[in-house]
Amino acid sequence: MTLFTVREAWTLIHGIFFGGGFLLAFTGGLALLYNLKAELLTTAGARRHVRWLKLATLVMAGLTWLAVLSGTYISYPWYRAAPPEGVVDLASYPRSYLMADPDLAFWHTFGMEWKEHIAWFAPMLATAVAFVVWRYGGHLARDSRLCWALIVLFVLAFAAAGIAGLLGALVTKAAPVL
Amino acid sequence: MVERKQERIPNGPAAAAILSAGVGSAIIGLMTTGAIISAGLKSALNWWSPAGPLTGKTSVGVIAWLVTWIVLHVLWKDKDVPLVRVLVVMLVLLALGVLLTFPPVFEALE
Repeated sequence: MTLFTVREAWTLIHGIFFGGGFLLAFTGGLALLYNLKAELLTTAGARRHVRWLKLATLVMAGLTWLAVLSGTYISYPWYRAAPPEGVVDLASYPRSYLMADPDLAFWHTFGMEWKEHIAWFAPMLATAVAFVVWRYGGHLARDSRLCWALIVLFVLAFAAAGIAGLLGALVTKAAPVL
Repeated sequence: MVERKQERIPNGPAAAAILSAGVGSAIIGLMTTGAIISAGLKSALNWWSPAGPLTGKTSVGVIAWLVTWIVLHVLWKDKDVPLVRVLVVMLVLLALGVLLTFPPVFEALE
């Protein structure tokens, strides 16, 4: 018995491991960033705090890159593959399957079309956050303006990934990549 | 309490990283809408057929992001720049990217 096809397994890796892992790293990273304040931390505490923050932002940036690269170069070609001439059962061709049904076409024309583009905003934003955290480290505890700028970027990266993830899940529910 | 006598690092490198992320996003938006308006651009952005023009649109955006980041980093590495202004410009660029990748917007130009 095959539990998952190769395509389904990759879809899971893309959405659950990379996408879901990103969302988890975001939660931890945001809490660490928000609490990085000189007046709240001892010198040793700040050093430890920054070490965890560096790890969370690095993981977050790495996972977003893996998510968009695996999505664009592995899953998406399966999604958009054109069915050969004469094929009637479109179940293995998700885009064609959605477009053939006026009630489902929305999931391609809006869902996938927005998801495939907006997802790419997340890794650039997350990488910017990771870079600044690694470059400035403990200095961020004394620069509240820069810290807040990073929180804004962090939340925007999460929003872009969240929109892409939600749309991806809904599109996959309407037309799974089999 | 955290040691307070450490030397301050200029905010230029942080500003360069922040602003370039906005530039990359805006370029992906421009490529997305551009590919709708121009069949020639759409074809030119088809860098890898199995994934179609998405490969070109996102790769151009990533290249623009990296080039902008490197240039701004070199220009600002020892400088302090107005961070709030940089953040506002980044937000405007990001909003432009969101708008130009939003299907109802680019479909209206089809």
